[in-house]
Amino acid sequence: MLDNLFLLWNAPVLSVQLLVDGILIGAIFALAAYGMALVWGVMDIINIAQGEFVMLGGYVTFFLATAGVHPLYTVPLAAAALYCLGWGLYRLVVFRIVDQDMFISILATFGISISLQQLANELFQADVRTAESGLGSFFLADGLVVVSQIKVVAFFSALALGAGLFLFLKTSRLGRAIRATAQNARAARIMGIDTDRVFATTFALNAAICGAAGSLVVMTWLIHPYLGLAYTLRSFMIVTVAGLGNMGGVAFASLGLGAAENFAGFILGTEYQAAFVFSLLVVILMWRNLRLGRQRKHLK
Amino acid sequence: MTMATRTVLPYLLIGLLGLIAPYAAPAFRVQLALLWMMILFALTWDLGGGQMGYNSFGNVLFFGIGCYVPAVIQRDVFFRVEEYTFLGSAPPAVKYFAGFTLGLALAVGVAAVVAAVVGSGILGLRGHYFAICTLGVSVAAGEIASGWDYIGAGSGMVAPIFPGPPGQAGLFFYYVLFVLTVICFFTLKWLYGTRFGLAINAIRDDEDKAEAMGLHTTRYKIVAWCVAAVFLAPAGGAFGHLNNFIDRDVAFPGATVGVWMVLMAVLGGKGTLWGPVVGATIFHVTQELFWTYFLHWQRVALGLLIVVIVVFFPLGIMGWLRERWPEKFGETVDPVTLGESR
Repeated sequence: MLDNLFLLWNAPVLSVQLLVDGILIGAIFALAAYGMALVWGVMDIINIAQGEFVMLGGYVTFFLATAGVHPLYTVPLAAAALYCLGWGLYRLVVFRIVDQDMFISILATFGISISLQQLANELFQADVRTAESGLGSFFLADGLVVVSQIKVVAFFSALALGAGLFLFLKTSRLGRAIRATAQNARAARIMGIDTDRVFATTFALNAAICGAAGSLVVMTWLIHPYLGLAYTLRSFMIVTVAGLGNMGGVAFASLGLGAAENFAGFILGTEYQAAFVFSLLVVILMWRNLRLGRQRKHLK
Repeated sequence: MTMATRTVLPYLLIGLLGLIAPYAAPAFRVQLALLWMMILFALTWDLGGGQMGYNSFGNVLFFGIGCYVPAVIQRDVFFRVEEYTFLGSAPPAVKYFAGFTLGLALAVGVAAVVAAVVGSGILGLRGHYFAICTLGVSVAAGEIASGWDYIGAGSGMVAPIFPGPPGQAGLFFYYVLFVLTVICFFTLKWLYGTRFGLAINAIRDDEDKAEAMGLHTTRYKIVAWCVAAVFLAPAGGAFGHLNNFIDRDVAFPGATVGVWMVLMAVLGGKGTLWGPVVGATIFHVTQELFWTYFLHWQRVALGLLIVVIVVFFPLGIMGWLRERWPEKFGETVDPVTLGESR
């Protein structure tokens, strides 16, 4: 561990590589986290199946790419497929848990997550998959920093998707209805908004964003049936740090998490990278609790 | 039949059944041992989740500690590595049981300390933050275990071979888990009747009010978590030795057993004493059926089962019975107060 730290100290260009890679992956985390914040804010549901949507989006791209379609063109298809899945899941299960206790919604979406994960494991096998984009790499700083072009493309696609969603929520009629429902579902219903349809759209949109994110993941990294939980917990962590409804915060926290994760993977060794992510979640929640506790004492 | 016999009789019957079961069905010894373990899981989960309102997905942490500690003790204190791998002869029984007992005792200690330390950090969290945080704890523990060379990292650890004829191990660990679960049941039954039980119920119903009434809520929460840890750790020790192989997936199955604990308690009816027992029994038997008839698809079915139970049957069996026949549970509905509240 110390050796790796010294290595970073002696060769600062390695840090640049880690930072760039981390920030590029962070944009994809931001997509999933934004979806989670949307569902959480509008429907008051924490969707544990978030990571499974990412994973399934990845499989859509993987299978289309194996069939000969260029993976970059499959991003909207993955989003569309997951939109349908999200809509279906809402009509089947999720609408029953919207008004329920948060614990019930966590457990129910956990059940959905387990089902989807095991279904993927049965249908698609447990192998690690990736889709070749056929793009090359940029060589910076005399070839010491290598940035693969697909990661850059994925980064900007993620930004574009995020911006598109932001604009949709700000300007379109349906987007305004979604925001109104988030503010006060009951008042929105009185004003004539069909909140059930708003919820369905929100959940489906979330699934679509995650599907697009998964499609980018399979092109830049890899997917397998069991990667869902990590994305769910990352999203939760990002939303908790940024605060619900803070879009800029989500973006910054995601990029920061991507970078931190990469540095931790390098310093602690890749076998501890996942451990770092989950421990960070626990530490962040503890820290948040301490901070809130201090505020509460301050009040009296 | 007097009142006393009517209350004692069910316990006697179940106890007797538990004692003779491994001889009545010797082929299912391990399954029966696991049944008691599942009941213990559900009972200890319900202490936090049902009675105190703190829904934890992280209780497998203590189970995992319980798996690893005795195995490490056996390896480092009692046996040399060669004796593990030498399959020809079983190790001396005295050494095995001494190591196992010491390991269990240490596991209980370590788990209690970890529960107190981790608990004091995260038990201040409320609601879904607590639930997700405990999920993070259990997954993080698994990841650390799979990277830590001292406890075998990804390739896992092996417990020494059980001394005695094959099949004997199942019998021994059956009784270990049976006795442990019975002790756990009566400890919890006693606890729920004390001031402590009232305090944790108060925390579940309204934590802020409980605090305002002068309860040290955090202390109660930590103690409750420690009690769960103290029972889960030896269960883990017994399971680790019974399974003979311990790795991340055996010791920290956060996304499987960690969720089943919750499901079993919810199925039986959380917040009741008998609910977890009933839920765990039904769940374990059903799960064994799924294993047999739905080969490979059982996990998909389990996920669906969770959804169905949680969405359509959140009260659980005991909860439903209680709502149906409240008078059988000693609840009296006074018509006057009922009229006033309307």
